[in-house]
Amino acid sequence: MTQSNLLASIANELRGIGHRMIERTWRLGVGARLFALAIIYSGESFKRFHLTLREIYFTGVMSLLIIVVSAFFVGMVLALQGYNTLQKYGSSEAIGVLVALALVRELGPVVTALLFAGRAGTAITAEIGLMKATEQLSAMEMMAVNPIARVIAPRFWAGVISMPILASIFSMVGILGGYLVAVPLIGVDDGAFWSQMQANVDFRLDIVNGLIKSFVFGVACTMIALFEGFDAPPTAEGVSRATTRTVVISSLTVLALDFVLTSFMMVV
Amino acid sequence: MTANIVEIDHLSFGYKGRLLHQGINMVFPRGKVVAIMGGSGSGKTTLLRLIGGQIKPSKGEVRVTGEVVHKQDRDGIYKLRRKMGMLFQHGALFTDLSVFDNVAFPMRELTDLPESMIKDLVLMKLNAVGLRGAHQFMPTELSGGMARRVALARAIALDPEIIMYDEPFAGLDPISMGVICGLIRSLNDALGATSIIVSHDVKETFLIADYVYFVADGVVAAEGTPNDLMQSTLPFVHQFVHGEKDGPVPFHYPAAHYQSELLLEQVV
Repeated sequence: MTQSNLLASIANELRGIGHRMIERTWRLGVGARLFALAIIYSGESFKRFHLTLREIYFTGVMSLLIIVVSAFFVGMVLALQGYNTLQKYGSSEAIGVLVALALVRELGPVVTALLFAGRAGTAITAEIGLMKATEQLSAMEMMAVNPIARVIAPRFWAGVISMPILASIFSMVGILGGYLVAVPLIGVDDGAFWSQMQANVDFRLDIVNGLIKSFVFGVACTMIALFEGFDAPPTAEGVSRATTRTVVISSLTVLALDFVLTSFMMVV
Repeated sequence: MTANIVEIDHLSFGYKGRLLHQGINMVFPRGKVVAIMGGSGSGKTTLLRLIGGQIKPSKGEVRVTGEVVHKQDRDGIYKLRRKMGMLFQHGALFTDLSVFDNVAFPMRELTDLPESMIKDLVLMKLNAVGLRGAHQFMPTELSGGMARRVALARAIALDPEIIMYDEPFAGLDPISMGVICGLIRSLNDALGATSIIVSHDVKETFLIADYVYFVADGVVAAEGTPNDLMQSTLPFVHQFVHGEKDGPVPFHYPAAHYQSELLLEQVV
């Protein structure tokens, strides 16, 4: 390869990287604008709160089954693994604390957000993407009805409201699963299980922080799902790619945000 | 009150470096059915979007009831759109709403009418398109022709001054085509509205239009009454109206030399 060819290929590579960076920054800006508009037009959408309630049913209530079943198994596995380790140090009664803290502080918010992205996030993206592809959003605009207020804002608030409730249910069911394995199955003392949990789980540091996390995850996951649907090319392939991106970006965002939030919560 | 409800004045529009329209002039007199015809990709639907204010012209202007569309703010655009009804190519019905709710949608969103009055109005609109008996169906249960008629009922829900039709005959069987054709004319006359039809179906459009514009290569290539255009000797209009395979619009898309592309050897 001659020197000029080498330089040309390096320049091409750099141009490609620059192009991708600009495109991603552009998309981030468009996403931020959509987020701002969703907040601005929330007032219009709250006037007809039944739209948000309807979306809470589709995103929250319809996600309950997967959340409850997953939480139950996660709680049972936690109890099994926890007992295995704790009994080596003679502190198997602390199993209740371990299960509760793991669920309330980390697994509840994070696993709920990941399941939410897979179940409700993909549904939101596909629905909005198909509404765009079949000109339903254009039809709304031509009727002088603002699609942000009518379609985006109710779904956004439905996701934000649903997520902390789902995460709380996840933690409760998970603790129940852990109890069933630890107490009736393994034989840990019933009183020790609950009293140690009660003594060591702090409302402000554990429960409230868990709820803050799930609220932030709710904003992130719902907004990503809405943006991907709204920005999807109006074709079958476009909607399919957008749906995949929703899961991938939401999952990575949740994990990254979890680290950032945990760091802040540890310091504060 | 201006004689022309819509005026397109020296309008140019382009995107991605391609100029789609160059200095187009059109007028749409009140109470008339005016058609915009032309081949696929000639920018007919884009003209409807420019009239509806969904996109802005590069040069020139579109005036609706005397007001320049692209100079309006969001509220101004929405005010103008309340004077318009639009039938989209595939109906663009809201798939999560029933036929009744689709027609009721603009009434519920844009007026404060009581539900009892909305019910009567919806049934009247559906009766006008012959589908009062199908009000409980979901859009997925309708044939293409029925969906188009429901979309038409929704487009006239608020008795608009301007009704725009984007390819209203595309993909319909002959019976449905005849029904839609008759409805466009009769609804226009009954409501005292102005209809703008974008189509490439010569027979049906010529049957109901009072005036026709032909768009080709970004300009108005011809205009006149359907009779004038049937007699036109302009090569493009003649080819289009009579559906001739070859003419100013060539059968073959520009390509490399046939023989050389097939890698045939020259016979010496």
